[in-house]
Amino acid sequence: MTRRDALLFAFVALLFIGTGFVQSWNTALTILNMGLISAIMALGVNMQWGYAGLFNIGIMGFVALGGLGAVLVSMPPVNAAWAAGGARVLLALAVGAATIAAAVIAWRRMTAGRARTLTLLALLIGGFFLYRALFDPAVAAIEAVNPAATGYLGGLGLPILISWPVGGLLAAGAAWVIGKTALGLRSDYLAIATLGIAEIVIAVMKNEDWLARGVKNVNGLPRPVPYEIDLQNSAGFIDRAAAFGLDPVTGSTLFVKLSYGLLFTAVLLILIWLSQRALHSPWGRMMRAIRDNEVAAEAMGKDVTARHLQIFILGSAVCGLAGAMMTTLDGQLTPSSYQPLRFTFLIWVMVIVGGSGNNFGAVLGGMLIWFLWIQVEPLGNGLMQLITAGMEDGSALKQHLLDSTAHMRLLTMGVVLLLVLRFSPRGLIPER
Amino acid sequence: MEVLNALVALSNFVLIPAIAYGSQLALGALGVTLIYGILRFSNFAHGDTMAFGTMVTVLVTWALQALGIGIAPLPTALLALPFGIAATALLLLGTDRVVYRFYRQQKAAPVILVIVSMGVMFIMNGLTRFIIGPDDQRFADGARFIIKAREFKEMTGLSEGLAIRTTQGITVVTAVIVVALLFWFLNRTRTGKSMRAFSDNEDLALLSGINPDRVVMYTWLIVAALATIAGVLYGLDKSFKPFTYFQLLLPIFASAIVGGLGNPLGAIVGGFVIAFSEVTVTYAWKKVLVYLMPDGLEPTGLVQLMSTDYKFAVSFAILIIVLLFRPTGLFKGKSV
Repeated sequence: MTRRDALLFAFVALLFIGTGFVQSWNTALTILNMGLISAIMALGVNMQWGYAGLFNIGIMGFVALGGLGAVLVSMPPVNAAWAAGGARVLLALAVGAATIAAAVIAWRRMTAGRARTLTLLALLIGGFFLYRALFDPAVAAIEAVNPAATGYLGGLGLPILISWPVGGLLAAGAAWVIGKTALGLRSDYLAIATLGIAEIVIAVMKNEDWLARGVKNVNGLPRPVPYEIDLQNSAGFIDRAAAFGLDPVTGSTLFVKLSYGLLFTAVLLILIWLSQRALHSPWGRMMRAIRDNEVAAEAMGKDVTARHLQIFILGSAVCGLAGAMMTTLDGQLTPSSYQPLRFTFLIWVMVIVGGSGNNFGAVLGGMLIWFLWIQVEPLGNGLMQLITAGMEDGSALKQHLLDSTAHMRLLTMGVVLLLVLRFSPRGLIPER
Repeated sequence: MEVLNALVALSNFVLIPAIAYGSQLALGALGVTLIYGILRFSNFAHGDTMAFGTMVTVLVTWALQALGIGIAPLPTALLALPFGIAATALLLLGTDRVVYRFYRQQKAAPVILVIVSMGVMFIMNGLTRFIIGPDDQRFADGARFIIKAREFKEMTGLSEGLAIRTTQGITVVTAVIVVALLFWFLNRTRTGKSMRAFSDNEDLALLSGINPDRVVMYTWLIVAALATIAGVLYGLDKSFKPFTYFQLLLPIFASAIVGGLGNPLGAIVGGFVIAFSEVTVTYAWKKVLVYLMPDGLEPTGLVQLMSTDYKFAVSFAILIIVLLFRPTGLFKGKSV
């Protein structure tokens, strides 16, 4: 890290501290926590794009899978639902997977011709109807169990911290399937393929109520940190808050946010250390060699497809980890809140602005862009107040302009991305 | 009778909606494919270009409605369409001048242009939401139906009704006219031929004296027209909501890739392939099967292969299958 990089980080830190003084420390910490998570997502994307030049715009899907992991690990199991149809759903899923596996084997083993086509069709159609015949009644049985409160299988009831690596593993599994099918394709096709996968992941999470309650959301995930209300009732905490000159309510919210922030910082630091080690190892140099010239790297005996698959899985796993962390922070899983502009394209802005190929750049971009994303709204609001100050009150235009400030952030992000691409295409902290 | 009823039900719920949706996708995919063929990048801002054009058309439609100008029984939006196209053309030419031209002169890698188009997408998306807001807008007026279900039943004596909405009729007629014009332009006019030459081999085209700036300008103009028309037709048929248009990007790209990126004919075929698969897979077939199957064998369930929320999954599955077995699409596309 050079002096310039350190200054940039200091500037971002100043932004957060300034927010703490001007707005409130509560706001500053809220933005900081999501900023840390965004930085981890940006690290994951930076692995794929910065190290290896893979164009993945399905980040939203991996983040959502991480969130699903948080629910599946931490929520208590719904025993009645498991008794009603848990085993049958698993059986149906196994049948579905077996059908696809059989079709793939048949396609590989049999010689091309009508016989193969017919066998494939028979396998796929028969398998599909068998799957639906097993799956539908089981799902109906599960969703009938107390639909207002549960109506799903529940999770494993383990501590939620375990879900972070599990979320990463889920995303890695999905990335393996996608990578196996789509990584051979050209960059544009891979982009569209990942975009589509992300939409499908969200569609599944919205509609498969037996899995994670779909759009009914899963609320009240267990926390890795204490609850505010418990802190406010503990005499020891009240005393310590008073020592800082804080009332118990403010003190407890700050304490909880700070605890989350420390957890996230720990994860981020470990990830930065690992990725710095990886990037400056022979493996990292090989990745960059492949990115810069695939043909030459292949001629040197590097297995380009396998390395691409590897980095695709690694990067997606990091995004999944961040997704699980985000769901933990929110305390709930809301599939309808996953929007590609926010969870895919914004992360891309972070990586490009920060500096693709540089881990510190990605982290800086993640924190800075997240800060802007949140703060553009109040800033835009102020700007609009200024612009419309001369207009008479109650005019339709004034009202419209004031109502529209919420959409300023999209505009700003676009302008920031284009400006950086044009005038500083290597980002704030370029690759070295 | 049973067979006829089944046929009518099939047309009413599958064929007609799929043809209308397919036409809209085909027009969108034509825009994507033209940009890919001539400017050589996948334009992620296309969905939002459609949204912008539609937004201008909606605003002009409202103005015309307020003035009492209309072409009933046709929707006023058709009258407003040229304004939408003009505004979109200005926006696209402006974007090209300010943003894309720099990278073209630098001969930047296609993937950089894709990322640049992501930035443009943000701006256009923000612009549209800023001006008209993120909510649903309905702007269709005029006669609602060409044929009403009840009239059809009375006319034919069948128990199944057939309804054709005006918007569906307009969609198909407009799409046919636009596609015919486009192919006439590409195949018969001098500019069209130079565009195809440029798409086939840029260096050769430059050597033979084709002015690249002119080709690029005409491409943007045509794309503006195609995107606005596709967007307005979709908006008339369903409704206008900026986010939906952004989401249309996936089926549109799927259509263009399935047909073969860079191949206009492929874009049209791809649009219909995607539309028909989406509608048939997510349609509940019970109604048709009840007519066709002998008594006693009729299905009890809805016979819906997948719920309608999975329609993205369908277009995506088709895309993957085609890419795995025919990597350049059904018709031979190009690869950068």
